[in-house]
This record gives sequence, C-alpha cells and structure tokens, in this order.
Amino acid sequence: MKTNKIAFLGLLVALAFVLSYVEMLLPISIGIPGAKIGLANLVVMVALYTIGPKNAFILSIVRVVLVGFTFGNMAMMIYSMAGAMLSFVAMIIGKKTKLFSITGVSVLGGVFHNVGQIIVAIIALDAASLVYYFPFLVVIGTISGIVIGIVSGMITERIKVTF
Amino acid sequence: MKKNDIILIITILVITFAGVLFMGIQQRKNTDDNAMVVISIDGEEYGRYPLNQEHTEKIELPDGSFNTLQISDGYADMIEADCRDQICVNHFHIHYSGETIVCLPNKVVVEIVGGEEDDIDGATH
Repeated sequence: MKTNKIAFLGLLVALAFVLSYVEMLLPISIGIPGAKIGLANLVVMVALYTIGPKNAFILSIVRVVLVGFTFGNMAMMIYSMAGAMLSFVAMIIGKKTKLFSITGVSVLGGVFHNVGQIIVAIIALDAASLVYYFPFLVVIGTISGIVIGIVSGMITERIKVTF
Repeated sequence: MKKNDIILIITILVITFAGVLFMGIQQRKNTDDNAMVVISIDGEEYGRYPLNQEHTEKIELPDGSFNTLQISDGYADMIEADCRDQICVNHFHIHYSGETIVCLPNKVVVEIVGGEEDDIDGATH
C-alpha cells in the first residue's frame, strides 16, 4: 500500500466515524427499527471507487467497530455489522459485473444494508412478523442509495486525480 | 446514471410494491373479540391481551428496563420505554392483524394476532 493510500484510508475512517455520529444526532425517526439513511455509506462508496475494494472493506469493518464501541452497544454493533457486510458483498458484486454505474452500486448497498439488519433482527428476536418492515426498509434504502450514489459519484470524480 | 441503474431501481420498487399489495391482502381489518395483542420478549411469549379491552401493561424486563404498552379503543400503543432510541414510543399505534411494534434494545415485540374465526370470515368476504 502506498503511503498516500494509507493516509487517505485513515482520513476516510475518521470521516465515516463522524458521519455515523451525525446520523445518530439527526432527529429523524421513521418508526422502523433498522432503518437508516446510511450517511457513512457515502464514505464506503468513495473508498470503493478510489482506493479499492480491500481498503473499503477494512474501512467498513473499522467504522462499525468504532461506532459500536463509542456510541452503541454490542447488540447494535451486531446489527450494523450484518448490514455493513451484506451491503458490502452486494456492492462488490454490483461493481464487478460492471452492469451498474456508481449510483446503481450505491442503491444495492443501501437496500442490502437495511435488509441485512432486518434479517439479523428476525433471527435474533425470533419474530418472523418483522418481515412486514421489509418493503419500507427497501424503499428507504433505495432512495438514500440514489442520493448517496450521485453524491459519491461527484466526489470520486474530483479526487480520482490523486491516485 | 446508466440505463441499468434505472432498471435496477424500478425493479426493486416494483417488487416492493408487489410485496406491499400481497401483505395488504393478507392483512385484514381485525377488531372483533378474537384480536389479541401478543407481547414477546426475546422470542418468548410474555403475555396476550384482548385488543378490545382497555388495558395498560408495564412490561418489566429481568435487567430492570421496562416498556409500557397501552391498549385502548382497539389500538395498542407503546407509550413509554426506557431505551435510548425511543423508536417504539414514536411508532404509530397498531390495530390491524399482523402489525407490530418492536423495541430492539429491550428485545420486546408487540404483535396483533387475529383469531381463527376471523380468518375464515375474511376469506369468505
């Protein structure tokens, strides 16, 4: 790994950390457990398209662990870890197939982040009735995915020259 | 945005709305005697109460945390919880069969369950 990549990764970890915190401060309550707008996914997207999938993966894990220990609890960390992992796998597949632009990949990430969380919640609480939240979570994931995709596309274009 | 992105987004939304429609058909209005409010903690049933009777239940958990559920006018609503996020308290009151209120921090799930007879009624209608 080149030095500037290491520095950039550190920068992005800090940024993802802060954005997760900002998201927790936002007084948006959709009334659905697990529903998030996923601001931190913006950073993961930018990492994925600039410093590569391996670094983006590291970023994703470090962010979840950091935020979990700082602001949350163990249960919350497991939920967001499941969401982060599933959305990362979806994004990698989406990117590898080359079918989608950055927006499509981001939509996949947003949707699967929420889906991963609800799957863990269903398993952990043994409550199949949580399936009723699926449609709402998918729609929220799609909308936030589109917005984050467009924004991260803009950011990636501007900082790509560095690498 | 590429054409494929738009196809992806539309596909996701169409599947979702199909799912909502499907669930809407299954979910029927349910206010008769058979409608029950089922409270479970960590997957285990804590108690069930008829939806048509006024009742306020303070759900106390082994670790000292609590949720307060109020049933009135055929609606069940979480009115108080000591958890940090308060999502269950902000959640709309529930009324229809299959609707749920979930408190993830306390692992409390409140669900409306319809009776057997009502299912047959719904099918014939």
